[in-house]
Amino acid sequence: MSTAIPTRPAGAAKPQAVVKDGSMLKQKEMISGNYARLESAVTDGRKVVSTFVPGNLNELIMCFDVLNNLPEINAIQNGMRKKSGGYIMEAEKRGHSEDVCTYVKADLGMIEKGNLGPDGQKLPDPNLLLLSYTGCFTFMKWFELLRDRYNCETAMLHVPYQGDGQITQSMISYVVKQLREEVIPKMERVSGVKFDIDRLRENLARSARAEEDFVWVLNSAKSKPSPIDAYFGGVYYIGPIFTAFRGTEDAVEYYQLLRAEIAERLANGQGPVTPNGDMGPERYRLVVEGPPNWTSFRDFWKMLYDDGAVVVASTYTKVGGIYDQGFRHDPAKPLESLAEYCLGCYTNRNMPSRIDLIERYMNEFEADGFLINSIKSCNSFSAGQLLMLREIERRTGKPAAFIESDLVDPRYFSPANIKNRLESYFQMIEQRRAGHVPARAA
Amino acid sequence: MSHVAAIVARCQALFEDLNFTAAREWKEAAPGRIVVGFMPFYVPRELIHAAGGLALGVLGGGDQLEVIQGDAYYQSYICRIPRSTIELGVTSRLDFVDAMLFPSICDVIRNLSGMWKIMFPKVKSRYVDVPQNFSDAVGGSFYVSELGELRDILARLAGREITDDALRNSIAVYNENRALVREVYAFRARFPWKAPSAEVYLLMRAGMVLPVEEHSAMLRDYLDATAREERPRRDNSRVVVTGAFCEQPPLSLIKSIELAGCYIVDDDFMLVNRWEKSDVAADGDPLAALSHAYLHDSLETAAKYQPDQSKKGQWLIEAVQRSGAEGVIFASASFCDPALLERPMLQRALAARGIPYIAFKFAENSGQMQPIREQAGTFADSIKLWSAA
Amino acid sequence: MKSFIGIDLGSTTTKAVVLDENQDVLGRGITNSRANYDTACKVAKYEALLGARFTLLARALQGIANQDEFLSALERGFRLDLFLDHVDDLEATCREKASGERFKGHEDGVATALGNIFAALRADADELFAPGARRKSDFFRDLAGARFMAVGEAAANAAGVSYDLLLNVYDKAIIEVENRPPQGEIADRLSRALGRLGELPESLAIPVRSALDIEMEETSVVGTGYGRVTLPFAKENIRSEILCHGLGAHMMYPGTSTVLDIGGQDTKAIQVDPTGIVENFQMNDRCAAGCGRYLGYIADEMNIGLHELGPLAMQATRTVRINSTCTVFAGAELRDRLALGEKREDIIAGLHRAIILRAMSILSRSGGVRDQFTFTGGVAKNEAAVKELRLLIRENYGEVTININPDSIYTGALGAACFAHRAAIH
Repeated sequence: MSTAIPTRPAGAAKPQAVVKDGSMLKQKEMISGNYARLESAVTDGRKVVSTFVPGNLNELIMCFDVLNNLPEINAIQNGMRKKSGGYIMEAEKRGHSEDVCTYVKADLGMIEKGNLGPDGQKLPDPNLLLLSYTGCFTFMKWFELLRDRYNCETAMLHVPYQGDGQITQSMISYVVKQLREEVIPKMERVSGVKFDIDRLRENLARSARAEEDFVWVLNSAKSKPSPIDAYFGGVYYIGPIFTAFRGTEDAVEYYQLLRAEIAERLANGQGPVTPNGDMGPERYRLVVEGPPNWTSFRDFWKMLYDDGAVVVASTYTKVGGIYDQGFRHDPAKPLESLAEYCLGCYTNRNMPSRIDLIERYMNEFEADGFLINSIKSCNSFSAGQLLMLREIERRTGKPAAFIESDLVDPRYFSPANIKNRLESYFQMIEQRRAGHVPARAA
Repeated sequence: MSHVAAIVARCQALFEDLNFTAAREWKEAAPGRIVVGFMPFYVPRELIHAAGGLALGVLGGGDQLEVIQGDAYYQSYICRIPRSTIELGVTSRLDFVDAMLFPSICDVIRNLSGMWKIMFPKVKSRYVDVPQNFSDAVGGSFYVSELGELRDILARLAGREITDDALRNSIAVYNENRALVREVYAFRARFPWKAPSAEVYLLMRAGMVLPVEEHSAMLRDYLDATAREERPRRDNSRVVVTGAFCEQPPLSLIKSIELAGCYIVDDDFMLVNRWEKSDVAADGDPLAALSHAYLHDSLETAAKYQPDQSKKGQWLIEAVQRSGAEGVIFASASFCDPALLERPMLQRALAARGIPYIAFKFAENSGQMQPIREQAGTFADSIKLWSAA
Repeated sequence: MKSFIGIDLGSTTTKAVVLDENQDVLGRGITNSRANYDTACKVAKYEALLGARFTLLARALQGIANQDEFLSALERGFRLDLFLDHVDDLEATCREKASGERFKGHEDGVATALGNIFAALRADADELFAPGARRKSDFFRDLAGARFMAVGEAAANAAGVSYDLLLNVYDKAIIEVENRPPQGEIADRLSRALGRLGELPESLAIPVRSALDIEMEETSVVGTGYGRVTLPFAKENIRSEILCHGLGAHMMYPGTSTVLDIGGQDTKAIQVDPTGIVENFQMNDRCAAGCGRYLGYIADEMNIGLHELGPLAMQATRTVRINSTCTVFAGAELRDRLALGEKREDIIAGLHRAIILRAMSILSRSGGVRDQFTFTGGVAKNEAAVKELRLLIRENYGEVTININPDSIYTGALGAACFAHRAAIH
């Protein structure tokens, strides 16, 4: 099922083969297909909605035959293609503070520079800004800034925060009412398509099927060795389900493919695939909190797999929904189910719940340590992580490490610094594992 | 000492007292009293009052608190108010506080609500969500339900029922206080030399730690005394200061702006004092009245969504017009997401009206005032030049 | 005998420590890190091994009268021998460099001038290493450079060539020479140095011979520090500086539970278990506020030496509250305070407190201060910083034993040597 795709032209110093599985190829097709549809939206006469990943309403959006454009994903793509740095500077030049979120600035900078998508084609102006205000305050300002730029219709979906660590009936009914009275009417108006709840039910049923396979993949990391990296690899696995594909037949197929591939690795006792091929022996099992850095994504990953560190569970792969704790989209109660989905996203949970979840991961995935990648841009994740670090150490007795970087600001990734800390950390785990060799004092 | 000076001295003492002695004494003065801390920008203080409690504004540690342990909880790129607030907590300065309320202002304060639950398990910590949907049937009904939950929490804490009558009474008490606050602001806008901003600031801060009735009396007293006092009028420019609605600037910064030649004629330092723009209905269902005021008759700030694009920034233009200001100073705390993300949109609205502005950042413990004096001074001068041209 | 060597390649200096089988320190060596870690590593190790040999000599001579005097004469002899070798090397290299287009027509003059300069350097050498002679530095670059500059101009004039030509030759040559690790066996050189001391009485000669005859085996070498990845060591012989620092502090003070290291580039708080193994650590975050460099900026800003800051702060009568530990803003805040009429020493005391406050927060992140507490790094030599630290620790953590070792610069190398020992024994 594996296909080798050379990443460098023949004759490069050391031809390196990146192993791409069928699922990866499938996802690649899906993503480029979506970008192609976006780029030809104007000619095709299709309407476009811009929305965010956490708490996104893809199943609902599909009911109106409109395309889904995700500014966060554009920022990530630009980060990985090393374009974000210039975009951020452009936004700062235009009066945005150096203190604030670089997703926002990368997005605004991209728009100022012609709004070219990752493959160099112009992205369409949205017809509707669907502001799913879930788990991140900055989203609200981001969309106000976009509205300022596009002068288009904006629908606000305010998802209350789980301040006391639970979803109340009042919260669900608030979200459902907003869907009924604010979001759906605006979608109907913009698209000219009448809302059909049965269509939504079908989409939700497909979501649930994909979610089932996705959860199976996440849980495969409980095996030793883990057949997946649940953070660096996980970022790819969440792609379809967190973005414009949840609820599609494509996503269902993708997760079937992925599950089969991982099952095969599991049966063969193989570890994760990395950009350099199969990972070496598993030496450290980590739980990771916080989003990755995108501008040096591969360098960062390499710092871990070179030392035999594999991430067995991560919180970032829960920002677009926490499926492994039982939630599934439910066609039987479509709008309520969407509300519960939004309310349940990782950064919409309070600090105690987040810490509890991590503690559970530490235990259930038998992790050796806990690593926080603290992101400058993202206060929603980052504010409080140092308390989280203490709590996890206290509760599990496992050592925790703390590094800092940013989402898409290349100025904020210091490889020497991060490598130094990671090395120290792994050696510390190693020493502690080796048992307490008495020094002279003893 | 003049009467004004005496009032201000009392406020200054309250402001400097990081042990909140006045609030402690209030609590000890009678059994069954509760103290409920709250952070910016807004909480429904009427509920606390109706529970027989004192609403205590916790606005960080200012520039006199040395943050030793609080820094251990935050990365360098996060603002200062949560650090100094934790410092207040871990140094037992808030040990008399029964509950802490964390409004929906930004992700940092939001997360602090959960941190407080872990760090201070004996204190009832509550995140106060406010609706971003402004229809009564949608956002309103959610907010009434939130208010109801908070009412139950406070009632349990105080060990007494919070009746509708008590709530209506509290609304009336706060209506009176807000009217006086608005009056102080209006007075300053007319006679800024008679109500220097540092004095007004300290008066408003006193409202964070005093029982509301006492604060109202103080405001009345001040208005009366300062109107009668002659003070030299300076040839200052008139500015609105905005962006400091959460972490507070050091008092020296406020003084520096005025010394540099700018009368502050409006600001957003403590929005909670005048959040509702007119009286909240003191009859009928009190929770519905509070919700209605929030949805339809409250100020705007970066933490609040503006559904109507054409109205974005309108409030600031109105503030400039109402107070007769000649320019706007954006003074935001470093790393303040709401203020800094909002700023370009507000600046665009001002530019469209030809209203001049400058911007700088501060921290509650900023020590260097020279750059502030320079910028504010240059701004004051250039405003004069423009208006002369 | 077996020996275990730890080498710490720091960003400014490289340190080496040699341990014996009982984990007693035999020798220490330090050198500037230069651009070339490989040489720095060899030089530091050479120095440490030399120190080790002297320790063996001292052990052999224990109880013998005048042994200190003898050992110091021997060391001077050794240094002189090494110096003369270097001078030879430098002269040869200079002559090599004095060729090419620039030197056309000046070959003879340059050769004569160099001959005279190096003759003078050799003539002065004995005096340089005479008993009681004060040398500003022991680095060859400093010693040779000073003499070269002192006599160079006169030699150039006498030979009728431009002094610039000579300087050009010197600058090129010295870089090569100082980047060549010391040649030859330490024992051989010691034998030659011994020869300079003349006939030894039997009571000295026998133990000296026996000490020099001990075969030193480099049983195991472990490297650490920022430059460690460039070390020509296998990965298993490299340890992170945090681990080495923790273990090194434990070796110096076995009761150590918490270590604070404030260096020029970073601040580290380390918790170690009773065996010296790191349990937890925190470093300053991405922002360098509160590192040693902060004090460096302040010293530059005030135009005084870094070492003068501490004593100045000790004269303070009060401590001005400094709110910015941002290195970039430190200068501005300083000037602002001076303009407000604050006294210089009071401000500097405030700056010291500010840097220690940052350290307190990093300590707190790592799990707080436990008994005993060991403070290392350049800032540990600053009395005002130490005073603030003691105060704040007492206020926040109560009575805690605070250890500060004058040799704390070797903490990382010591830990590395201990790891080398463990690796070889287990």
